[in-house]
Amino acid sequence: MSRALKLVTVVLVFATFCSAQDLASFEQRVTVKTQPNGLTALVCRRPDSAPVFSFFTNVDVGSVQDPMGKTGLAHMFEHMAFKGTDKIGTKNYAAEKVALQKVEEAYAAYIHERDKHVGRHEQKLKQLQAAWQQTVKEAQQYVIPNQFGEIIERNGGEGMNAFTAGDQTAYFYSFPVNRLELWGYLESERYSHPVFREFYKERDVVVEERRMRTDSNPIGRLLEQFVAEAFAAHPYHRPGVGYMSDLNSFSATDAQNFFNTYYIPSNMVVAVVGDVNPAQTMSVIEKYFGALPSRDKPDERTTNEPPQNAERRVILTEASQPVYLEGYHRPDYRDKDDAVYDALADLLSEGRTSRLYRGLVRDKKIASEAEGGTGYPGVKYPHIFYFFALPMPGHKPEEVGDAIHVEIDRLKKEDITDEELKMVKTRAKANLIRSLDSNEGLAQNLAVYQTLYGDWRELFRSVDRINAVTKADIRRVANQVFVPTNRTVGVIENAPAANGGAQ
Amino acid sequence: MNASRASKLAFVSALCLAFAPGLTAQEPWAKIPIPPLPAFHPQEPKRIALPNGMVIFLQEDHELPTIDGVARVRGGSRSEPDAKAGLVSLYSEVWRTSGTKTQTGDQLDDYLEIRAAKVETGASEDSTTVSLSCLKQDFNDVFKIFDEILRAPEFRDEKLDLAKRQAFDAISRRNDEISDIAHREAIKLAYGPKNPYARTPEYATVAAVTRQDLMDWHQNYVHPNNIIIGIVGDFDSAQMEATLRKAFRDWQKGPPSKAPELHFEPAKPGYYLIKKEDVNQSNVRLVGLGTTRNSPDYYPIEVFNEVFTGGFASRLTQSLRTAQGLAYSVGGGIGTRFDHPGAEQFALGTKSSTSIEAIQGLYAQIDELSTKPITNDELTRAKDSILNAFVFNFDTPDKVLRERMAYEFYGYPPDFLERYRAGIEKVTTADVARIIPKYVHKDRLAVLVVGNPADFDKPLSSLGPVKEIDITIPPPPPQMGEAASPAGKQP
Repeated sequence: MSRALKLVTVVLVFATFCSAQDLASFEQRVTVKTQPNGLTALVCRRPDSAPVFSFFTNVDVGSVQDPMGKTGLAHMFEHMAFKGTDKIGTKNYAAEKVALQKVEEAYAAYIHERDKHVGRHEQKLKQLQAAWQQTVKEAQQYVIPNQFGEIIERNGGEGMNAFTAGDQTAYFYSFPVNRLELWGYLESERYSHPVFREFYKERDVVVEERRMRTDSNPIGRLLEQFVAEAFAAHPYHRPGVGYMSDLNSFSATDAQNFFNTYYIPSNMVVAVVGDVNPAQTMSVIEKYFGALPSRDKPDERTTNEPPQNAERRVILTEASQPVYLEGYHRPDYRDKDDAVYDALADLLSEGRTSRLYRGLVRDKKIASEAEGGTGYPGVKYPHIFYFFALPMPGHKPEEVGDAIHVEIDRLKKEDITDEELKMVKTRAKANLIRSLDSNEGLAQNLAVYQTLYGDWRELFRSVDRINAVTKADIRRVANQVFVPTNRTVGVIENAPAANGGAQ
Repeated sequence: MNASRASKLAFVSALCLAFAPGLTAQEPWAKIPIPPLPAFHPQEPKRIALPNGMVIFLQEDHELPTIDGVARVRGGSRSEPDAKAGLVSLYSEVWRTSGTKTQTGDQLDDYLEIRAAKVETGASEDSTTVSLSCLKQDFNDVFKIFDEILRAPEFRDEKLDLAKRQAFDAISRRNDEISDIAHREAIKLAYGPKNPYARTPEYATVAAVTRQDLMDWHQNYVHPNNIIIGIVGDFDSAQMEATLRKAFRDWQKGPPSKAPELHFEPAKPGYYLIKKEDVNQSNVRLVGLGTTRNSPDYYPIEVFNEVFTGGFASRLTQSLRTAQGLAYSVGGGIGTRFDHPGAEQFALGTKSSTSIEAIQGLYAQIDELSTKPITNDELTRAKDSILNAFVFNFDTPDKVLRERMAYEFYGYPPDFLERYRAGIEKVTTADVARIIPKYVHKDRLAVLVVGNPADFDKPLSSLGPVKEIDITIPPPPPQMGEAASPAGKQP
């Protein structure tokens, strides 16, 4: 009996994919190895690649791990990972180390005085601030600014960047293949010997990033308020970039402590994809990343978001045009219905046959864009399935909200059609195939799936899970999750600028 | 080092090691060997010229069972009349959503989506496109739609109406985000507000477009001698060539598309202010006119851009971001395009209370170009960055195809990329010094600030006379009624 079942599965997998892009082919080309220190490395050789490779380092830490009062720290470390090491970016590390220590002492003294509730001495505060700034100046003399990035750039690094999300922090770029060993050195050094130089200037840069993405952008302002409302207890309610007061408060010592706690090899997956020899690449990784010290896993308990039992609303009155957003809590990505949510997102949003396009844009003509999606603001913890629409001129956000609820009711009461289900499943297969066509994309997928599931093969199995979704699953999940008491609504309403300034 | 290197690329890498400044034996990364890059000769697409003037490029790529293609048709929004600005954008939307003589756009959506396939249309200033993307086994089905869209579209009023409503929505939202405003208005300053690359559709110009305009546009431009097709993916070229020849052989030539005469009239140098009250960060841009890629200035400009704004080691990033902490995003450069001058921009976002300081910071960097000319070290770093990353210009068959199509479209030589490498290798500090006063001088650049002047560190007028730009959206003509009435009253 169980043997027969197994056979059926195997046949299905082969029926799903053709030869160059099936799991069996990737089994031949992907090497995965967990180092003794706990770091997992994946290498994937692409047969016809140009002499280049891409890598993706995925660290299993994100802004969810930001300590209270120190939001933005995970993102801040991401910036510091470009500041060099004890060998890169310094003229004299021994002297610089002492100077950086003095910066921290002076900063702590300044903050201690600044944050006194009672008895703050303004004159003393000024002196402490000046003293701190003097130590910053003294430390600066040892710095070779941006040397780390410069080495990558002048060696032909392409697409160098990094990002911090709720659940992950990632670093990536591509190199000509003759820089493989140089890459191994650079990428491992930034985690084995990071130096938190120019920290407070870089904090100013991050504050500007916050102003750009959040404070000076109406949708950015809406999203910050929306997650704060949707999550009462879980850290997803806090902005990943950090609150302004935290950004003006945390120290390089805080960033160092955060790094020490979470940047441990067992939290890291490194994937390399391209015209590489797997054995040689694995030995480069072992040589350089093997030296990262193994440390114990930190306590990562967070508060579970308690069930929501009443609708919540945030309404922003802005000079900009209206926006409608609503979201429903759903379980994390390990839930047995995870693929049902993916199918729902596709059904609602993908292309001009999607439910929301046809309902709100094509037929009712009340929205210029409408989509639904999952994975907001992350996937690792219970999160949000959202609906988002831009009301057409002359239509109010509530009207768009009502039309979304009509679509939700249809999902609850009627089965989707055979054609719709087939579209969802065919697209899942095609999208997987298309995602395999670049070194960068493949490196990211392999690293992320390895991190989330402990097995990169889940990238391929995710399509099988969508293939197993039934019409009844869609109705069941819609009925279970899309209920008013589980809903948070976020709206931008338009009010013209008070004095008639530019809108 | 080793004289028998297999490729020029490897030679370039060796150069970098030999001349890189400060890479001494003490530095651990300098001790890591960099072997020659393996020889790599990217596969060139096959070029086919049909008797009716159509040019086709075929690029086989058998890694995945997919086929992608695009037809690029000469003629774009720079050729539309002022009074109908937005016409080509509407055309390129309705072209696909309306469908063909035999099937409506909605029917095409169903037909294609069940195959996870796409046929889409698009537009730019100089061309319109029809693209396809499908799994290999569906190619014949999907190509049939692609062909019908090209040759037998049906423009339907109901889809034009929807596209217009979406265009009205976009107009109503165009002042919502500071970066959109700054980008749009900087192009107007660089090219002149009437230049078709800077022109923006208005309610009235969109409303003026009729179904007949779309049909006329199609009639005037979509002829085989105006079209370049490129197809990449898992197919046999001989077989694909036969399919395309058969499909297009009876398509007759039409009148060739003519490029319109364009006038580029950069704004007078000075200070331009756009007030936006709901922000705490200003978007600052120094704006001027760049040049074309066939100009002798092109290669020195590429090297200059790398030195001045390209990446972590560039002068602007080093000074304004890293040393002064004034900005998160800082960058720009002297823009270049294939057939018209690019826009030149040096831009950053900084908190309202350092807006003037940031302008002065940009000025200081421009002044330093004369007092601290580009050094040999900087030149070498810039050339290393460009040349060592050169392989990424052609590391996939798809990129090689796109490059070749662009050269064909703009009449550039097919080996332009190879010339580019040679051109960069030859650039000297004297070449860079020659182009700087021509393009980068603070007395030649317009300064655009979008932000909240109430919170500026000093009035913008402390730097010189200020011209305020009114970006109020002209209201829809009264007869348009409900379809275009944005939320809130327009001042």
